[in-house]
Amino acid sequence: MAQHTLSVLVEDKPGVLARIAALFSRRGFNITSLAVGPTEHAEVSRMTIVVDVASSPLEQVTKQLNKLVEVIKIVELESSGSVHRELVLVKVGATAENRGQVLDLVQLFRAKVVDIATDAVTIQIVGNADKIADFLRIVEPFGVRELVQSGMVAIGRGARSISERGKPVAVPVPPAANA
Amino acid sequence: MSEQHGSGGTITGAQSLVRSLEAAGVTDIFGIPGGAILPAYDPLMDSRIRHILVRHEQGAGHAAQGYAAATGKVGVCMATSGPGATNLVTPLADAHMDSVPMVAITGQVGASLIGTDAFQEADIRGITMPITKHNFLVTDPADIPARVAEAFHIASTGRPGPVLVDVTKSALQSMTGFDWPTELVLPGYRPVTRPHAKQIREAARLILEARKPVLYVGGGTIRSGAHRELLTFAELTGIPVVTTLMARGAFPDSHPQHLGMPGMHGTVAAVAGLQKSDLIISLGARFDDRVTGNLDSFAPGAKVIHADIDPAEIGKNRHADVPIVGDVREVLVDLITTLRTEADAGHTGDYEGWVAFCAGVKAKYALGYEKPADGGLAPQYVLERLGAISGPDTIFTAGVGQHQMWAAQFIGYELPNTWLNSGGLGTMGYSVPAAMGAQVGMPDSVVWAVDGDGCFQMTNQELATCAINNIPIKVAVINNESLGMVRQWQTLFYNERYSNTDLHSKRIPDFVKLAEAYGCVGLACESPEDVDATIAKAMEINDVPVVVDFRVHRDAMVWPMVAAGTSNDDIKYARDLAPQFDEDDL
Repeated sequence: MAQHTLSVLVEDKPGVLARIAALFSRRGFNITSLAVGPTEHAEVSRMTIVVDVASSPLEQVTKQLNKLVEVIKIVELESSGSVHRELVLVKVGATAENRGQVLDLVQLFRAKVVDIATDAVTIQIVGNADKIADFLRIVEPFGVRELVQSGMVAIGRGARSISERGKPVAVPVPPAANA
Repeated sequence: MSEQHGSGGTITGAQSLVRSLEAAGVTDIFGIPGGAILPAYDPLMDSRIRHILVRHEQGAGHAAQGYAAATGKVGVCMATSGPGATNLVTPLADAHMDSVPMVAITGQVGASLIGTDAFQEADIRGITMPITKHNFLVTDPADIPARVAEAFHIASTGRPGPVLVDVTKSALQSMTGFDWPTELVLPGYRPVTRPHAKQIREAARLILEARKPVLYVGGGTIRSGAHRELLTFAELTGIPVVTTLMARGAFPDSHPQHLGMPGMHGTVAAVAGLQKSDLIISLGARFDDRVTGNLDSFAPGAKVIHADIDPAEIGKNRHADVPIVGDVREVLVDLITTLRTEADAGHTGDYEGWVAFCAGVKAKYALGYEKPADGGLAPQYVLERLGAISGPDTIFTAGVGQHQMWAAQFIGYELPNTWLNSGGLGTMGYSVPAAMGAQVGMPDSVVWAVDGDGCFQMTNQELATCAINNIPIKVAVINNESLGMVRQWQTLFYNERYSNTDLHSKRIPDFVKLAEAYGCVGLACESPEDVDATIAKAMEINDVPVVVDFRVHRDAMVWPMVAAGTSNDDIKYARDLAPQFDEDDL
């Protein structure tokens, strides 16, 4: 499956998430994961979209996204030059007998126990998709009772920022016709 | 002229809206008032803007489209919330497909009622997201001038399109100031109009190397106002030209280099010209399925230079060897300069054999039609005569179907913005309201709405608007008493089983009486001998709208035809007749 990670800077305006989600849906592009949140600029939000482009070329996806007035910038983050992370909270069955084994795995994966009950523990794990898949496979025999996963977020390596911006270009408006 | 900001100003949001529309240069609006937009209609009464009260919001939308397409200005329509706004959905989708600059203003329920399923509430911003270039919901009256200014800027620049501004009733009723912006900040909206010099050089190189080039001219050429540059470029190079359904009039039909319209019902010469070319120079066209037929077998030997202001069109359907993002007019200006320099250095293209081949196909397979054996009226003859008698300055609009294709084929267009139709969406009912809008925008022009009897019955209520507001459009109803194009497909692909295509419209309604009931002049014509006199009579009437019921032969079909999904190689110029190309000439 051909997956690409896009970082999309958008104006933080009402409805912008709906606009982007609907664009993917109506153009037949498959979203694998979508995460959205604020950035260091108050008026800009950043979306990290993992898109499966087995069926349609990535170029068409980015061109259509770029047509949206509220989309400021799109950057593809290649896995080699960037850090990709997602977060999972998973509730795993753990009785007094086998809790120790579960906690060993938590240690091994540098995960974290965030809640504990008599017959279950809730674990938080952060990592890239492979690490998370490995962890879930290894705790599966203990019984996964509930699982929630964030979308992928990603950032480029090095000192450069994709959200460094020049001053937005202002468009002159013709003077009022009735001035 | 800046006044107080924010709430507590001296004018209402409604007054600010009307002043914003005036500031944007609006002179005409088509619309219908209703609850949520009502506050805006009060100051509108004191404005110098002419508001034309239509009979259905769909009519307002298509009128705004016709106005825009005929004048090149932004067309404006206005409706209330809920059903008023949803009635604009079809024209908005139509304008989106055909890149028509248009602004729709809708009222919305009060801000505190949004999301409560209030009376006449519909999420029109959500509904129209996929069918507008952009849209806004305005809840703060202080935002009204900026949003209106942005709407007009976005609608009219780059690839034109419709923009909807939904304003809550609470914003219209609150007090505010009026502050028309001097500049807009749209960080995500930067349309590229200047073509890249390297791409122009590369395009020029392909053009000089090609032996069988063709200019594939689309609607973007008309929207960019590039018809003069196109003529210069075509005559400079001698390259044959095809004009799509959206580009009829971009290049004179009378010009010897013009091969006609390509596509499903295009001329054999235009279809073959694309299909057998070795270089397609696409100017503001989008390789629509109705032009390419089966995409995999479309113009297999052709390289493609694709110039479009919308980067997303380039490479969408067909790979572009030389993509050029830019305004078609600027692209042509640069290409002309480059090719003139090359010509001065002795480099010109050698297209002699190809031009002769195209001219041969054009002569051999000229558009034609059979006269009905029973002496009845051929629809193609009506359109041929309409074009000949009314002259090249006449603006024609059409609905969708057989009459639209015949109008595209047989009228003959010499000038841009004289052929307005619903190309991409294929909206039946476009013709009459679009003609109304075109006539308002071009009051000194003759405007003919060519319509089918099916289409006409979808929007003819706007005849009342035309009659009352002195908008003297002329309507030619090509009455074959059926949904003719669907019937044609039933003839060809469904064993002549005519399921639900018989409209009985030679019996009901009586179009002459209908016209008269609407305060228009009604005429009827059913024999070829009377066609010229009837058209002449309609042309003499300039104070009221005229409707002519041309009662035509019902079995006429549109030819040539490339059946849907098949290859352009399988074009038939009449039923079961395929053209024979003498490829040795190439």
